[in-house]
Amino acid sequence: MDTVTVPEAFRKPFLPTPFHARARAACMTDQFIGWSGYSTVDVFTTVEQEYFAIRNSCSVYDLTPMIKYRITGAEAELYLNRLVTRDISKLKTNRVAYAVWCNDSGHVIDDGTIFRFAADEFLLCTAERQLNWLLDSAIGFAVHIQDVTDDIAALSVQGPTSCSVLKKAGLDGVERLKPFEIGRFTLGDVKLTVSRTGFTGDLGYELWMTPDAAEYAWDTLMAAGRSRGIRPIGSQALNMARIEAGFIMPHLDFVSAEATVHLERDRSPYELGLDWVVDLRKSHFNGRRALVKEQQAGPRRKLVGLDIAGQKPAGKSLLYAQKSCRKEVGAISSGLWSPTCKRNIALAMLDMPYFKLGSEVWAEIYMCRELVWERRVVKAVVVEKPFFQPERRKLTPPADR
Amino acid sequence: MSGYDAIIVGGGHNGLVCAAYLAKAGQRVVVLEASDQLGGAAITRPFAPGFRVSACAHRVHMLPRTLVRDLGLARHGLAFAKVPAPTSVLCADGGHVTIAGTQASGVSAADVAAYKKFAEIWSRFAAHLRPVLEMVPPRLGTLAWPDLTKLLRVGLQVRSLGRGEMRELLRVIGMNVYDLVEETFASKLLQGAVAFDAVLGANFGPRSPGSALTLLYRLAAEHDAAVLADTSGGVGAVTAAIAAAARSFGAELRTGAFVEKIVVQGDRATGVRLRGGEDITAASVISNASPRTTLLDLVGAAHLDTGFVRRISHFRSAGLAAKLHLALSGPPAFAGLAEAALRGRLIVAPSPDYLERAFNPTKYDGFSAQPALEILCPTMTDPSLAPAGKHVLSLVVQYAPYTLRGGWEAGRQAFIERIIATLEPYAPGLRGQIEAAELLTPLDIEREFRIAGGHWHHGELTFDQIFMLRPVPGASQYHTPVPGVFLCGAGAHPGGGVTGWAGHNAAHAVLKAAA
Repeated sequence: MDTVTVPEAFRKPFLPTPFHARARAACMTDQFIGWSGYSTVDVFTTVEQEYFAIRNSCSVYDLTPMIKYRITGAEAELYLNRLVTRDISKLKTNRVAYAVWCNDSGHVIDDGTIFRFAADEFLLCTAERQLNWLLDSAIGFAVHIQDVTDDIAALSVQGPTSCSVLKKAGLDGVERLKPFEIGRFTLGDVKLTVSRTGFTGDLGYELWMTPDAAEYAWDTLMAAGRSRGIRPIGSQALNMARIEAGFIMPHLDFVSAEATVHLERDRSPYELGLDWVVDLRKSHFNGRRALVKEQQAGPRRKLVGLDIAGQKPAGKSLLYAQKSCRKEVGAISSGLWSPTCKRNIALAMLDMPYFKLGSEVWAEIYMCRELVWERRVVKAVVVEKPFFQPERRKLTPPADR
Repeated sequence: MSGYDAIIVGGGHNGLVCAAYLAKAGQRVVVLEASDQLGGAAITRPFAPGFRVSACAHRVHMLPRTLVRDLGLARHGLAFAKVPAPTSVLCADGGHVTIAGTQASGVSAADVAAYKKFAEIWSRFAAHLRPVLEMVPPRLGTLAWPDLTKLLRVGLQVRSLGRGEMRELLRVIGMNVYDLVEETFASKLLQGAVAFDAVLGANFGPRSPGSALTLLYRLAAEHDAAVLADTSGGVGAVTAAIAAAARSFGAELRTGAFVEKIVVQGDRATGVRLRGGEDITAASVISNASPRTTLLDLVGAAHLDTGFVRRISHFRSAGLAAKLHLALSGPPAFAGLAEAALRGRLIVAPSPDYLERAFNPTKYDGFSAQPALEILCPTMTDPSLAPAGKHVLSLVVQYAPYTLRGGWEAGRQAFIERIIATLEPYAPGLRGQIEAAELLTPLDIEREFRIAGGHWHHGELTFDQIFMLRPVPGASQYHTPVPGVFLCGAGAHPGGGVTGWAGHNAAHAVLKAAA
């Protein structure tokens, strides 16, 4: 195992990202927030404008603070396969996979994406820093793990015109990238690694580069996208899109099993509705023995999608079995009025058996209107997610817009 | 050869005990010992031409009577006496203190009374806690009846001491032994002797927290133990008798069989692979090796969860005791000590402060300038260990760190010299009698006996590493997270010493799992 180099973000709080000067100039609200030790924009202009850039044109989001670990070595694949619940031996070179990893009791520590660059070279992108867990997991494996968060600047370019913008900027052949595929391109003199991935559920790409190329890449993209509605977006707009896409967020929809104090508050992948990333047939992985038992017993609760009556967003509402609110059966973790679906949607954790598709529960919504509080109890139905799943997210090549 | 019910990895005394019990219960058992000699850390072997010694463990004082009876050890050549040999606490001016049972002599009348009272009450503590040693510990965090009733049993054992003694037990159990002996005895020698027993084999000094617990632990193991009348052949003779018992029940014992890995298929142990490529299959694989060796080297982290690997990696298992073997040209003479006393054990621990000072350098990777010593002269009762007229001294030496600043290659001679210089005031002519000396540092013990860390308990006996926490949660019922892999060595409950408890309890757990 490598000796640990201390990431710059640990030395200095609210580190500027390599895009900071551009973001500062473009941000009209001065709403910056901390994210993994970096300072990033929450809202550039208005949330609505930025949200519609994701869904109707092209959005640019600085995702440099995503924690990135470079994992290399002869046993890197074995290591990752023991770490995550998915079968990484099936992940081909230049492909990306979404994955979650669990502690011994089968509860989710975090989720993220794994990029495979070669047989023995991977990049793990996570929401939280967890070098400690990754290094302890490396005991007994010939593997090197390095926090490369500071070394890689990243932009997420998402929306229906994103492919056209990238082509116009000079990324020849980017339209041939399939979902979850990785390609290498040049933007002027700058080398880019591009993956067709994102957190919006829409057509989109993520661009990975060295920090010194960041401003040039930003400027070039903005110039190329001017006629296609390009717009930098902040975290708030992205959060709207990810709920529509049914993606979960640590701290909002679950708490990392390494961070919970109460034993009942950590969540298994089955409880988070992530059955599809758990492969009990592959060789041993962290939490497998606990998950086998849980699968046999069935989950006691589950994260589901809700369609809620009315138009009032149900932010963190409690959910009940009856309109009289006698029996509490769960709670909403993320919710909004979806401008694209024109539905009042939410992600919610519901107890057994209320999480079954088609179940009806009641959401207790509080609203503050000019400092006067009102309470509504409205019906909510368990529905399929994702809520928004446009064809264009998968289409290769994407339509030229 | 294939198709055993159980494979025992390692032929230490616990492995042999486990094999004997399993074979006795009708299982087809094979013991695979890497070295050419059975016995693990309980063997007798040559250390100089014509001289033999009990190489690691050198005293058998904790062998349970149930074990002797169940395995019929008397039939296999062991003879037993009623009274253990006395302990002489050496004093530089010849005013030695002798301890035999509850009697201390060579101290004031007040101390004689104090020792008697202390020995009696602690012997009752030991008697009440003894059943804990022979128990498969309960699991943590379950509400299952078998686990709850076990906890209840432990509680009742403590409660049945009566209100007064239970309070006393609860008062002293978390103390350090330094404070305990200071408040109990006036004689520094007596204080030193009791404190010495508390830290013997441990990685701490008398002022360290938890040192009263190890004293209690030791007394519980010694309580009602069988006492060898005839120690001929050294500790190796005891393991040979256990091996003979195992064979008589039908167990197969193989030496020179180095287990390279435990084979796991479909999340279950299916057997082992030997160096050289031979595969042996069995329904269960029971390891006498230390927990870290078993789980991280033989099973491998790939079959375990990270949290568990983390706990096993943190199992504190660095040894702090060395062994010194001296080949002497004639009988050793300790000033003011009758030759008969040499049939018992001698200790050099003249005060608790002496022990604490001996411990201090080890915190910074140094050895004791004046070490504490447990000295046996096995040739007094078994002359066959040395050429006619010659003698062997076997010493446990505290403290010697696992990692010595500058390395043990450079430090070895200097440490031997420190030990001999420590002995000289008590046995002035000894230096001239030494024909050969062999020092086993914790590093040597690790290499020769394949004990990761070189700790004779395979891991410290502290509150966080005993009973249902030993070696770590998730492996403390002799089971491991990998179905079919069991632990039966000193790293499991109740720990080291030639007791056979771990092997006995593991056999119980294996049979229960098979049922």
